[in-house]
Order: sequence, then structure tokens, then C-alpha cells
Amino acid sequence: MPPVSRRTFRDALSVALTVGAYGVAFGAASVAAGFTVLQTSLFSLLTFTGASQFTAVGVVAAGGAGISAVAAASLLSSRNALYSLQMAPQLDVVGWRRLLAAHITIDESTNVALAQSHHGSAAVRHGFWLTGLGVFLFWNIFTLVGALGAKSLGNPAAWGLDAAVPAAFLGLLWPRLGDARVRVVAGVAVIFTLIATPLLPSGTPIIATVLVAFIAGWRR
Amino acid sequence: MNTVLTWSVLLATSAACYLIKLVGYLVPARWLANARFQRINTLIPVVLLSALVVTQAVAVKSHLVIDPRMAGVGAALAALVAKAPFPVVVLCAALTSALVYRLS
Repeated sequence: MPPVSRRTFRDALSVALTVGAYGVAFGAASVAAGFTVLQTSLFSLLTFTGASQFTAVGVVAAGGAGISAVAAASLLSSRNALYSLQMAPQLDVVGWRRLLAAHITIDESTNVALAQSHHGSAAVRHGFWLTGLGVFLFWNIFTLVGALGAKSLGNPAAWGLDAAVPAAFLGLLWPRLGDARVRVVAGVAVIFTLIATPLLPSGTPIIATVLVAFIAGWRR
Repeated sequence: MNTVLTWSVLLATSAACYLIKLVGYLVPARWLANARFQRINTLIPVVLLSALVVTQAVAVKSHLVIDPRMAGVGAALAALVAKAPFPVVVLCAALTSALVYRLS
């Protein structure tokens, strides 16, 4: 395999550090939702797909049933199946490397990898592994920092941690709102959730919005 | 907090998310190439994240409430409009909400 280019390394490292630092917010949110520091760290080690981790603890914090939390988190991670579909032919991995590649197939590793595609297939593979493993390292370190920090702070509301969670979701949503149709769908989902919250059992309005995606996406 | 609930959510979410990531390495590419599936799949994160912003900002269980979180989300929105990076957005929300919490 050719050596890693400086450009690929720089791309991977900058993404791994900035995204990894965001693990602080997850660590804090998870502890604020009632998960222990150990459980919070295991989320980042085992689930390792940020938005779904936030979702699982968010639904639990909202008083939702376990099945709603798992379903919402899983649906949110369905895009990772499309990423793995794109990465499979490019990585061409078998055995334990394939199992490891699957674990680090997330937004960041896939997008950095695909951004290297005009520099050749080796750069794509380097971008994928460096970014995936880099995010994994920093995301887990910072998750633990956030969890321990939140634990020592006490009341989450006094430190604004309860507002950091919706802000994090808004930050994840924001880059997807470029398209007018997507903005309409988001607006409908917001109104639907506001109406459904007092009517449905807590936690279920979140998963029920998937209906909006189905109706909006059914026709071109 | 219910220990059974937290552990089962943790383990089931981890297993499901891993299997979803593994799918693309195991199935033929044409299986997920359906245009309708792709369209719905792009919209799913949008609706779920929108719903999560609402529930985390203005809901407590099944009630809608206005509290300092709202100010925090407003600050986050302003930071996003000003093209602030991710960690700054979250920090703005936390600081604003904490300030309103202490003043109120």
C-alpha cells in the first residue's frame, strides 16, 4: 500500500478532532438522561454513531419506552447501511477487517473517504480508516470527559446541559436543510410533534414522525 | 432510573446499529438501490431530528412547557445562522440556558 499523503492525513485528523470533541456533549447528555458513566462510555464504544446515541438517550430522557428509543436510534442509523454499500467495493475487505470496517462506517469516515476519490483508491482507503479510527479514539475519550464532567456538576439544568441536547440535535439537523422540500418536511415534523406530544404516550411522537418521512418520500 | 431499561436500550441499540452498518458489506448493491427507499431514507434523519429538537426543547414527558431551554435553543439557532462551528453552537445554548436559569 502506498504511504498516506499529508493531505489525507490532515483531512482525517481535523475531522476526527472536531467531531470527537463533540463527544463531550454526548457524555453530558447521556448522564443527564440518567445513564451511568459506564453505560455512557459503552454507548460510544459499541453503538458508535453519534446522532443515534443522542436519540437513544433523548427518547429515554423524554420518558419513552425502551422499544421507542431503540427503534428511533436504529432508524436514524439506516443511512449507515447506504454508506457501507458505497464503501464495500472501495475497501474490498474480508474477515475481521470487514467486521471492523463496518463498525467505523459512519458519516465522517465515509464522507472524508469519498472526498479523496479524485486522488486515487489508496487515498480513499486511507481516508476511511484514518478518519474512522480517529473519530473512534477522540469520540470515546471526550465522551468519558463529558460524562465525568456532568456527573460532578450535579443539576444539569443549572449548567444549561438540558439545552445543550436540543441544540446538538439542531446542529445535526441544520446542514440537511439546504433543500426547500427538506425544510418543508422538517417544518411538518415540528408541527406534528408539537400536536402529538400532549396526545400520545411520551417518547412515541418522535418515532411517529417517521410517517411524515414515508408520506413525503413516497412520491418523487 | 430503571437499570433494566437503560441496559436494554444500550445493548439493543448497539446491536441494531452495528448490524445496519454491516448490511452494505454483505448484500448485493442493487438491493438498496431503489429510488423510493433512498428518498425516504434521506428524510428519516430530518423528521427524527426535528422531533427531537422539539421534545428536548419544549416538552417534559407529555406536557409542553416554556423554560430556560427555549432560550438556549434560540441562542443555538442564532449561532447556526452566524455559521458558528458545532461545539460553539452547543456551548452558546448551554451558557444562555444556564444564565436564564439562574436569573429566573
